[in-house]
Amino acid sequence: MNIEEKLLEGHKRACARLISMLENNDKEAIDLIKKLYNRTGNTYVIGITGSPGSGKSTLTDRLTKELRKKNKKIGILAIDPTSPFTGGAILGDRIRMNDLALDKEVFIRSMGTRGSLGGISRATWSAVKVLDIYGCDYIFIETVGVGQSEIDIVKMADTVLMVTTPNTGDDIQAIKAGIMEIADVFAINKSDLDGADKTKMEIEMNLDLNEKKDYRAPVIKVSAIKNEGIDELVKKLEEHRNYLENNNRLEERRTRNNKLQLLKLVENELMEIIVERSVKEDLLDNLSKQITLGTIDPYSAKDKIIELIR
Amino acid sequence: MDRPIRVLVAKPGLDGHDRGAKVIARALRDAGMEVIYTGLRQTPEQIVAAAVQEDADVVALSVLSGAHNHLFPKVVNLLKDEGVDDCLVIGGGVIPEDDIQGLIEAGVEAIYTPGSSTKDIVGYIETHLKRK
Repeated sequence: MNIEEKLLEGHKRACARLISMLENNDKEAIDLIKKLYNRTGNTYVIGITGSPGSGKSTLTDRLTKELRKKNKKIGILAIDPTSPFTGGAILGDRIRMNDLALDKEVFIRSMGTRGSLGGISRATWSAVKVLDIYGCDYIFIETVGVGQSEIDIVKMADTVLMVTTPNTGDDIQAIKAGIMEIADVFAINKSDLDGADKTKMEIEMNLDLNEKKDYRAPVIKVSAIKNEGIDELVKKLEEHRNYLENNNRLEERRTRNNKLQLLKLVENELMEIIVERSVKEDLLDNLSKQITLGTIDPYSAKDKIIELIR
Repeated sequence: MDRPIRVLVAKPGLDGHDRGAKVIARALRDAGMEVIYTGLRQTPEQIVAAAVQEDADVVALSVLSGAHNHLFPKVVNLLKDEGVDDCLVIGGGVIPEDDIQGLIEAGVEAIYTPGSSTKDIVGYIETHLKRK
């Protein structure tokens, strides 16, 4: 299969294979992205995050259906956690999106985190580029179910949608730092349950305390399962996009994100070099043992490893 | 192989029990594989579409309804139609001894019936992958 040709013709199999190759850090695949990078930049990336079981997958399914009415081509990257012990994973987000499986203009890919801790995987950014080249108008990145501080999605998305549910803690949860700060739009899912209004009020009160800016994250009550509030949610996502586009803020945000991703790429490669070299000289194990025995302190040990690449 | 094996575990047809599929999914996870589980009541078309998009190395089908002779070969053939020639297809469920040979001839490469050991299934997958 000529992946380049097939990808540009819009074949899903080429798209899928290229994502796998990038997940495995394949050099040929990286070269292909280099070559086709000038075809990117036509997609809009929406990150969907929230705690496990809050309904991210179901909501992604509904949002996709809503955008399909406008004839948009959609890519979905659904991330689930990889076991730190075996490297295995259960990727189960597709279960909520089965209606979309046969839609020619929807591409869904499940990804394991493979060691990343920020809610997405190391190859997610590369997969976004593939789907961009493939021609998606919108890409949804569904993070793993997050707790309080897995905020890597904000380094990749143009708009971050935070999905929460009624009765998940008192008002102190709403004023904590971390995940609650990165949302551009809040969706209170399962809002047919008791407590949705209270949750909405708590989030709104927290937003009231923010420094006054010309954009304020809207808080929308939805029920993904009953398909309620989805059209309004799409409208709010589009409003955020318009806000960014009209104020040149989209370019600013993307440049900020590209800087973070670039640093990450450099960091990954540096770490590989360091680990490779220090393993070769058995330095890592030796130094670790010496730190335990007290014959060297951790900072001097670190200096010895840094010397390898200086 | 230094990449995780990707397995699509799927339940075609109308039976409503996926305890077995979940046990298999869990065993494959514990063997270090990435298991994509698509849930109950899938059509062969949906399963093949998912296998393509997920770039699965293996499609593992589970059927308890008795419709395996129809559903398993259908998945094999649809994969062929999509040009997927490097994906291993295996099946499991309540499958009578007499049906096994026919399924294997139809392109399902291994069949596991109740009582099969998950270890055997993991071992089979690891040694019979069609792509490296």
